[in-house]
Amino acid sequence: MSTRIAAHGRLIDRAKSVGFTFNGKPMRGYAGDTLASALLAGDQMVMGRSYKYHRPRGAVASGAEEPNALMGLGEGAKFEPNQRATTTELFEGLTARSQNHWPGLEFDVGAVNGRLSRFLPAGFYYKMFIHPRAFWKHVYEPVIRQAAGLGRVPGGRDADTYEHFHCFTDVLVIGGGVAGLQAARSAAASGASVLVLEQSAHWGGRAPVDGGTVDGAGADDFVRETVAELEAMPNVTLRNRCMGAGVYDHGYALGYERLTDHAPRAGGPRHRLWRIRARRIVTATGAIERPLAFAGNDVPGVMLASAMRDYLVNWAVAPGRRVIVATNNDDAYRTAITLKTSGIDVLRILDARSSGGGALMQEARALGIRIDCGRAIGRVSGGKRVRSVAVCAQEGTGGALEEVECDAVAMSGGWSPVVHLWSHCGGKLIWDEARAHFRPDPERPPRGADGEGFVIPAGAANGELALNGILGDADEAGKTAARGAGFKPARSKAPRGETVEEAPLQPVWLMPRHADAHLRAKAWLDYQNDVKVSDVRLAAQEGYHSVEHTKRYTTLGMATDQGKLSNINGLATLADAIGSEIPQVGTTTFRPPYTPISMGAIAGEARGAIFQPVRRTPMHGWHEANGADWEPVGQWRRPYTYLRDGESQHDAVMREVRNTRQAVGLLDASTLGKLLVKGPDAGRFLDMLYTNMMSTLKPGKCRYGLMCSENGFLIDDGVVARIDEHTFLCHTTTGGAERIHAHMEEWLQTEWWDWQVHVANLTEQFAQVAVVGPDARKLLERLGGMDLSAGAMAFMEWRDGRIAEFDARVYRISFSGELSFEVAVPASQGLAFWEALMDAGREFGVMPYGTEALHVMRAEKGFIMIGDETDGTVIPQDLGLGWAISKKKEDYLGKRAQARPHMTDPTRWKLVGLETVDGAVLPDGAYALAEGVNANGQRNVQGRVTSTYMSPTLGRGIAMGLVLNGPDRMGEVLEFPGTDGKTYQARIVDQVFYDKDGEKQNV
Amino acid sequence: MSEPVSALKGASFDGLAHVEECGLQGMITLRGALSARAVQKAATVASGASLPDANRANMAGEGGLCWMSPDELLILCPYPRAAETVETMRKTLGKTHALAVNVSDARAMFRVSGGAAREVLAKLCPVDLSPAAFGPGQFRRTRMAQIAAAIWMEDDESFGIVCFRSVAEYAFNLLKAAAQPGSAVGVFAARPGAISGD
Repeated sequence: MSTRIAAHGRLIDRAKSVGFTFNGKPMRGYAGDTLASALLAGDQMVMGRSYKYHRPRGAVASGAEEPNALMGLGEGAKFEPNQRATTTELFEGLTARSQNHWPGLEFDVGAVNGRLSRFLPAGFYYKMFIHPRAFWKHVYEPVIRQAAGLGRVPGGRDADTYEHFHCFTDVLVIGGGVAGLQAARSAAASGASVLVLEQSAHWGGRAPVDGGTVDGAGADDFVRETVAELEAMPNVTLRNRCMGAGVYDHGYALGYERLTDHAPRAGGPRHRLWRIRARRIVTATGAIERPLAFAGNDVPGVMLASAMRDYLVNWAVAPGRRVIVATNNDDAYRTAITLKTSGIDVLRILDARSSGGGALMQEARALGIRIDCGRAIGRVSGGKRVRSVAVCAQEGTGGALEEVECDAVAMSGGWSPVVHLWSHCGGKLIWDEARAHFRPDPERPPRGADGEGFVIPAGAANGELALNGILGDADEAGKTAARGAGFKPARSKAPRGETVEEAPLQPVWLMPRHADAHLRAKAWLDYQNDVKVSDVRLAAQEGYHSVEHTKRYTTLGMATDQGKLSNINGLATLADAIGSEIPQVGTTTFRPPYTPISMGAIAGEARGAIFQPVRRTPMHGWHEANGADWEPVGQWRRPYTYLRDGESQHDAVMREVRNTRQAVGLLDASTLGKLLVKGPDAGRFLDMLYTNMMSTLKPGKCRYGLMCSENGFLIDDGVVARIDEHTFLCHTTTGGAERIHAHMEEWLQTEWWDWQVHVANLTEQFAQVAVVGPDARKLLERLGGMDLSAGAMAFMEWRDGRIAEFDARVYRISFSGELSFEVAVPASQGLAFWEALMDAGREFGVMPYGTEALHVMRAEKGFIMIGDETDGTVIPQDLGLGWAISKKKEDYLGKRAQARPHMTDPTRWKLVGLETVDGAVLPDGAYALAEGVNANGQRNVQGRVTSTYMSPTLGRGIAMGLVLNGPDRMGEVLEFPGTDGKTYQARIVDQVFYDKDGEKQNV
Repeated sequence: MSEPVSALKGASFDGLAHVEECGLQGMITLRGALSARAVQKAATVASGASLPDANRANMAGEGGLCWMSPDELLILCPYPRAAETVETMRKTLGKTHALAVNVSDARAMFRVSGGAAREVLAKLCPVDLSPAAFGPGQFRRTRMAQIAAAIWMEDDESFGIVCFRSVAEYAFNLLKAAAQPGSAVGVFAARPGAISGD
């Protein structure tokens, strides 16, 4: 029987009953309970099934290290799997469901795996599912997928909100036990700002349960007084329910605050991720008790001795009425004493040490508890809970001396400091032989930019397990942290802790020491992943001697608890199996987060409308209201086309092209980059950046230019306008604005720092509208204002002036081959200007057009598009753009690279037009076939399609592509297989399909 | 002249803090050697404010002068006067190598005010916004979640924020989310003793 008892219960409020459900069954607990303590109080021992063998499992721990009691919590949009019952605070209406079973927790078909366990050894999956090859995809994988995975995937969108918070502090203290509190106090006394994080809802950690006195008062009083003192200090911030999740370079740390998990109706964000910068970090993260490896150590009712003590003292829950305690150290005697004084029968203390313990043993004996030294648990019997224990000699093979009926077992294999956060950023460990644990090596801390260690371990996390040692160590850690953060610690003495002196432990990695194969196969190391002593030994036998390899082969320590209970026992077992020493075997790598944190907390505010920034032009809302079918271009959304009622995307694009070619169209070109380059050396600078000559451009004129990287590859193109003697405005592609701005700044700041040039990114200062088509001039003249006649402004010229009531800069440039004016107005008037154009254009049949019509029209004219005709491996020479490469200039970025043999290789594929024989549209990206196959047995190719469209102007498919010796092969027909099974035939032609002489744009 | 409009036309929100788009704000980018006499004169005359040190901004009435980088200042002035101010600056600069350009329309400006203003910003910007570290007079170019932003304090409880105009809606929605009721952090309030400014 697991029940609530009358004594103890320091964390519960018996006046406040709380209702919850477990697997649909209504249950009750008290305010202050965890889900685990409330379930145990209701005699619900089995809390889940194991992952591999589906064995019934109960809570083995009482805190963050719990491997077994994982639950699905909440319903619908608030459902979350894999939550530890031991760290879930109970609240009214909580709904919990156990995991990993079908059809039910009590009867689970999957438990048959347990019967087959000897056929499911370490590396089973690797060994079994290799042959036959085809079975993996069709048989093994679907079946394993069905059976695998912890918990259920939430169905809907998460109903909660999350956020980040940036925090800067001199000293960050992780852990709010007595060590953390004392370290915070001694650090804060120096005047340093201190942030203290405690993962649970309570301050003080284990000390109030473990007993002892501080400066003569109870540990509880010390905690209360210290918290009150810290709360009153203006330079201290205390946060509980906030776990120090990870430590990273440069004093960066993450805190994971659970704001409403315990009060889901409270409103506000559920979790908050603290992104902390600290000058020094104190890890006062305590220690975790190790289980003992004996057969049946996973039967519900077998628990860590400290956890059983926690359930008694904190929550007034006795996990059994007749308990056996197994230990290799003195600490477990505290559990026996607490049980006995609470009225629970302690049938035996099985102390693996032949000479037993010290003062605590005397105290237990005085209470009348039977203590058997040199004894061990041979095996625990029971299915869904402990039924009996076979007692044997620790130094034997497991031959039972007696069978004792009982209903719970408390075990203790010693304590391991929580070194995770110390280790996250590279802190190293040393093996402490006397205490049989790894602790931080003070000589090898994680170091910051100043060469000093920036993480300082304190208390039990530093290997100090007795109260006085903990307080002294923590006090010093706080002072060291303050000093490291640049403060002068106050002179003060650490408080004095007093506890009973403990006898040394005796390391026990297997119980009994020479347990036979049968027992080893039932002695669990990793509960969550069902890894046993036998699995690790088998791995060792098969040659897995590295702890990292063994981990992955056996899955030891790879579950959601990341081996908090299993790591040390596992590597000790490995060391024993390969005849090595524990420090030589070493640990696996500790990685953040300490326990799993929610994906929501990581995402923070970035969801829904603010998942990513969407850049909007001044006319964005108009497009939205007028049928825009969006295309993402960088973070901009540009209208791909404007859909009319019942119109397909294709039909809309064809309509927009036709209307622009026959009447007039408007394009929102505001997203094009506009970089202002000014200074006495601006012309010289642009001559280096562009392949052609820019310094000779006259004010009032525009010139198309190409930009290459220093490796010669084409990176951007656009029209440059010379504003005055010292000023140029460089247009870039939409996606290139920020990139090219950075490119310019990089060259100016690193290479030509002495050139007098300034650059400003004016992209968003202007709304820019392309007015395109035979009626473009008429439309602008209807608005009135500046003279836009051919005589006043020739092709490739620009003028400042006014159009209607707008200040405008007009560029007469064309990317479509039509008569075209690009008009820039201040962004704050962009929408008004666009609407004025739409109004005035009605009589000419004006229509807006999107990016696809823009693409079709430029392809009809044979203009290249960065990102279509270029892919980072293409040079201007490949594209027939030799006319835009100055032969006169001594240098420009890319010139030298373009002279390399590979760049001048005559067999580089070159740009041509492609015209299908039957008028069909070539598939995008299709390759042109060549004779024969390559070394890989793949068909040889001789070209590929870079752009392909249906041209409404020509009434047929048109394309451009890069083809081997293309320009010399006009008229040849190539074969392009599509992914649709068809092969397309296309003839090599000139890439200018429309108005080759440029008469249309020049009127 | 057509009426110029700001990106969000003065939208506002009340939560932990008051969030508002400030409407059109005159802004001029000035790049040049900050040690040059003409550059200093152009900047101070245009803004009516004195030259700020690194990471600081000086406000003076409707004008302001913000340090953007070792060779860049941001001049704040009334929106309608931006164009003429640039012209005056160009005359002052004369032959000195410098770039003065009107960027008023390229930007959006927000104000976040109220007791929780620091916390709202600290959820989005990786900047130490504790009263001991950041106060009126300071100016920081940083990021606000995923966008570039510049922030400064107008007084102890109020921030000015500048970002690009195209992301004004994102910025406003971010600030609304960070100021949602029930999301107070309570850190800066917990340190009443901290000294203001630096």
